[in-house]
Amino acid sequence: MTTVELASPKGGFGYRHPRARLVALLGAPMSWLIVIYLGSLAALFLTAFWTVDGFTGALVRTFTLENFVDVFTTPAYLWVMARTVGIAVAVTILCLLLAVPVAYFMARIATKRWQPLLVAMILTPLWASYLVKAYAWRAMLSPESGVIAWFLAPLGIGGPGFGIFGIIVTLTYLWLPYMILPVYAGFSRLPDSMLDASADLGAKGWRTFRSVVVPLIFPAIVAGSIFTFSLSLGDYITAQIVGGKVQMLGNVVQQNYVTNLPFAAAFAVIPVLIVLIYLAAVRRTGALDNL
Amino acid sequence: MVNPVAISLRGLTRRFGDVVAVNSIDLDVLHGEFLSLLGPSGSGKTTVLRMIAGFERPDAGTIELAGTDVTMTAPYARDVNTVFQDYALFPHMTVAENVQYGLRVKKVAKAERVERAQAALASVRLADYEDRKPAQLSGGQRQRVALARALVNRPKVLLLDEPLGALDLKLREQMQVELKEIQREVGITFVFVTHDQDEALTMSDRIVVINEGRIEQIGTPTEVYEHPATAFVAGFVGISNLLDPVTAEQVIGRPGTWSVRPEKIHVHLSGESAPAGHHCLNGTVREVIYVGMSTRFVVDLPAGGSLMAVRQNSEGSTDLGHLRGQSVGLSWDERYEYQVADRI
Repeated sequence: MTTVELASPKGGFGYRHPRARLVALLGAPMSWLIVIYLGSLAALFLTAFWTVDGFTGALVRTFTLENFVDVFTTPAYLWVMARTVGIAVAVTILCLLLAVPVAYFMARIATKRWQPLLVAMILTPLWASYLVKAYAWRAMLSPESGVIAWFLAPLGIGGPGFGIFGIIVTLTYLWLPYMILPVYAGFSRLPDSMLDASADLGAKGWRTFRSVVVPLIFPAIVAGSIFTFSLSLGDYITAQIVGGKVQMLGNVVQQNYVTNLPFAAAFAVIPVLIVLIYLAAVRRTGALDNL
Repeated sequence: MVNPVAISLRGLTRRFGDVVAVNSIDLDVLHGEFLSLLGPSGSGKTTVLRMIAGFERPDAGTIELAGTDVTMTAPYARDVNTVFQDYALFPHMTVAENVQYGLRVKKVAKAERVERAQAALASVRLADYEDRKPAQLSGGQRQRVALARALVNRPKVLLLDEPLGALDLKLREQMQVELKEIQREVGITFVFVTHDQDEALTMSDRIVVINEGRIEQIGTPTEVYEHPATAFVAGFVGISNLLDPVTAEQVIGRPGTWSVRPEKIHVHLSGESAPAGHHCLNGTVREVIYVGMSTRFVVDLPAGGSLMAVRQNSEGSTDLGHLRGQSVGLSWDERYEYQVADRI
């Protein structure tokens, strides 16, 4: 028996060095992710353990938990946290209630010809500037001269004005596409035969929806809720524009970061923690297993 | 007296845009029979099944189940169950939950539900798989779960939409035998959609051959195979072996298109003569195909066209490749020749 020498590979550099190919592919995004993204997050976390000298306003770079103690023991701040989480939950639920029927129609009732058009229509508002949309809602909600107040005036009712209601409505408006799109994708992936099978086994529409449709699109709902929840949690501009005196987490951070950067950093860690807790809770449901 | 007809279709029609998928079909399915709808893809056989199940609404015609008109009844209110081509098992439920689903929807008490699901899974030999998810099962096992999920409801009629299509050949042959046994045990009417003629011939009490939305022939496997009513049936069920009118006129002495099954045709080497009562003609061997159990001959006929003859490799020399290009005689018992219509 003779052994045959394997000829060395004749391909290009990338073919001969698969590892180099991987570096070329992922080098730039990984450096971005590690240096800039995780780096800034680490800097934020580090800053949260420093303080500011009360007289000079200079940074004192010694480790202390003072900021976190402040954040978690001052009732006003706890209220801001609770309010912000409440707003984020309300926005997520509203988006869900609006998105499911719309996405269902888009994916399963609209004809194939209409589907891309409907997706484009859902995406169109994302082209408009965030600020324009927020100010549009300011014009809608404004207590005396707003569109809603003007409509309600003949009925003798005042408009909702600025406040929590305005924030929830505006954020729901802003983030709705982020819920519709994943849920639409979820409905599109749902095989027709699943619904047929459920009907075949005697289930009416509502039963099929509860026992088959919702469990199967649950991962899509979760994906959408991560968007709406975390985007709402970090928002502060909407609160400034339509929130009146209502403050969210972001507003507290914004007010403090010039005068007391370490405190602002400690406060900014909170939404990060809340989102992490949310993701952990979601993971326990198993919804992320099939993503 | 029990109505002997389980399903009765009258003038059943379904259009998709300009295409007439099902064109005025009349059919009676008898209680307890295994009936196959056999046809090529796009023939409308699955649409017929989906209309019986209620997933598609007919554009015209009526559907009766055991004498009751269900044409406009929703699927959930029909006493039929379906085994889907892709099985359509619910991926988020275990095998046991899948099988119990129909009973749970009908609010059957838990104890009975569990017991019946166990019995159904045992009948398809999956008793130990209750806690698995569908993703953890093989294709054949999923197919049997789908069967158990349908049978556990004890429907009057079971509809099967190409349930064996996704399985490999060995498993498919094994499941054909099992399905037939299960059907005999439970005594439920089976309506089985397939494009595989062997499957239809193996399992069915009766076969309905469908082409382009119309019924070409209804009959027992023997009738359909040995007495194909149309040229389409002759070609689709078994190997097409048609004698064109010119050749038929010469050999058989009667006009029209005729058909003889390949295994009925004897191949004679020069010098041998055909037995009495046989029709015979000469031709040139174009191809000799060895297929293990048998050898196929494609023989060109002098007046054009060709016939296929099959010879069992049971005795004598089985290496017949040297016959290629030679002149041979073909003969068959005239009892086995059948005139076929182009269309009923």
